[in-house]
Amino acid sequence: MTDTPLPVARDVFHFYNRVHLRALTGIKIKNLRELLEHVKTVPGSVIYHHTHHYLQQHQSLTPEPPNDFAYWVTEALNENELGEKLTSINTCEFSSIRALREKIADTIEKHLEKSKHSLKEANEGQEFYLMRSISFVLPTPYSAQTLQEFVEILKKVSVHSIYYHMFEAKLRLEKGVNDFSLWLETSLGMPDLAKKIARLDPYTHTIEGLREKILHMCGLAMAKSTPPRETN
Amino acid sequence: MPTLKEYEPIVGHQVIEELALIADKAKHLTVQNINSTAVGGGVAEILNRMIPLLLELGVNARWDVIKGGEKFFKVTKKFHNALHGKQEDIGPEDFTAFMETSEMNNKSMELTGDILLIHDPQPIALVNQRDGKKAKFVWRCHIDVSNPDERVWSFLRPFLDRYDASVFSAPSFSQQIPIPQFLIAPSIDPLSDKNKELSQDTIDSVMNRFHLDPEKPMVTQVSRFDYLKDPLGVIQAFEMVQRNIDCQLVLAGGEATDDPESVEVLTKVRERAAHNSDIHVLAIPSGSDIEINALQRASTVIVQKSIKEGFGLTVSEALWKGKPLVAGGVGGITLQVSHKYSGLLCHSIEGAAHSIKQLLQNQEFGKKLGQNGREHIRQNFLLTRHLRDYLLLFISLFHEGDVIQL
Repeated sequence: MTDTPLPVARDVFHFYNRVHLRALTGIKIKNLRELLEHVKTVPGSVIYHHTHHYLQQHQSLTPEPPNDFAYWVTEALNENELGEKLTSINTCEFSSIRALREKIADTIEKHLEKSKHSLKEANEGQEFYLMRSISFVLPTPYSAQTLQEFVEILKKVSVHSIYYHMFEAKLRLEKGVNDFSLWLETSLGMPDLAKKIARLDPYTHTIEGLREKILHMCGLAMAKSTPPRETN
Repeated sequence: MPTLKEYEPIVGHQVIEELALIADKAKHLTVQNINSTAVGGGVAEILNRMIPLLLELGVNARWDVIKGGEKFFKVTKKFHNALHGKQEDIGPEDFTAFMETSEMNNKSMELTGDILLIHDPQPIALVNQRDGKKAKFVWRCHIDVSNPDERVWSFLRPFLDRYDASVFSAPSFSQQIPIPQFLIAPSIDPLSDKNKELSQDTIDSVMNRFHLDPEKPMVTQVSRFDYLKDPLGVIQAFEMVQRNIDCQLVLAGGEATDDPESVEVLTKVRERAAHNSDIHVLAIPSGSDIEINALQRASTVIVQKSIKEGFGLTVSEALWKGKPLVAGGVGGITLQVSHKYSGLLCHSIEGAAHSIKQLLQNQEFGKKLGQNGREHIRQNFLLTRHLRDYLLLFISLFHEGDVIQL
């Protein structure tokens, strides 16, 4: 076991909060062909909404419901095979909404090509209404310069703050990695902990579960080190 | 009216803190709400609760009411029904009467807000005052316009198109219109009589008053007596369940004596239930909020077997009480219930019967659904979320883009 002091970050980590408002598009979908057409052409904020809103909306559900596309094709169209394929798209592998959109469109297209049977129509009342998500990013009063401070704040920030730094920063803002890992590696010089957090698949955890997991990882990293030495 | 602090034990400190953070960005704004009545109806109810909370958060929220005579409100009632898709006899004189009162209101009503939040069709023509004003005009539609009467909708459209934005309550109400449309779902107030915690004594006394057996599993549907809520289908489903399980059914709803259809449905439901002593049809006066609350809390399973539904606040109420729910998978219900996660959705009488039976026999499963449902409502359909959406709406009117850095 090493006994190195906990480092002090070069840059302060500012915690932000992200809340969203849903906007309606007026687009109503009844079958897979319509779904494919719109998935290919709607703004990225629509794809983002339907692949992510459930994470914030169903914070406490375990297991979490699948993304909206998967849920709708399964429940409204009874297309179980396609539903399963859409559910299993590994969102955390994608670094842009554009790439995620292509994967969803490709999955639906292949299914349509393969299936020879007639197109299923959703019953009245079960149509899919496309929406988009408008994000509002607000600074919180919290900032950290050491891992200890980071942990204390992580314990109390809202799930929306964790969501923002873990999901939105990586995919919607196309940073390629979550904010926590980025700061831990580049500013705090803790690449191992950064990598461990980056390797988590956040889409298979509830946000509260994610909080606990990250806190646990940070706890282990802290246990390996002693507190920072007093400087005079 | 309760203060924000009183909601903190229910929604958590973070939610209240977040509201303050957001409101800080909207503090300089004056929001003028305008509707057609100060008392009665859902809009007045929500404004009564929302305005004090907005003021507490530092947003200068105001509320004004348009004027109108009997003739005007008769016309707007017809509009309301027609927008809901009901057949109404509307002639040119109705449109003329609407315009006369609207012009009178436009002359007498001063619009001074930075944001004009105009509720429902009655005051919609106030947008004619927008020329030369910097204010943002928002039309807040509280009614189900998923299948509107074309004539009334076409009449309203030129007004609507002049607004800066519109707000609807459910995705299915959205329309192909040239202005931005936002979705702000309704909410329930966890501190209201209909939703607050009740003592076991209160629940027992209500059960006793309605001659219900506290020992027998109780299946309940709370809704007005309307074909679209399918009370006859609920009875049929219940009788299928009864073949295997000894239980009782409660159908509770308001006595809408001014609505001929409701009277007809209630009569049919009573006739259909007459031979079955385990079916209790309770037509109770509107405003019996404690009674409804108690009935929901005493239920083993709650049903909302709607065939068509705008949003379905009774579903939020049931889930908030942590009850296992069987509901028609239509309209706004699907926003609230994820099948097998926070309730069971059904599409037929047989499906409803099967789901009710499953929940009565597997109470652990029902409990898990109920817990999930309650959390879902806590996070998404309480008054505090509603308040947050309004604040975000106000801020969004002054920003562009899908990611707004504040």
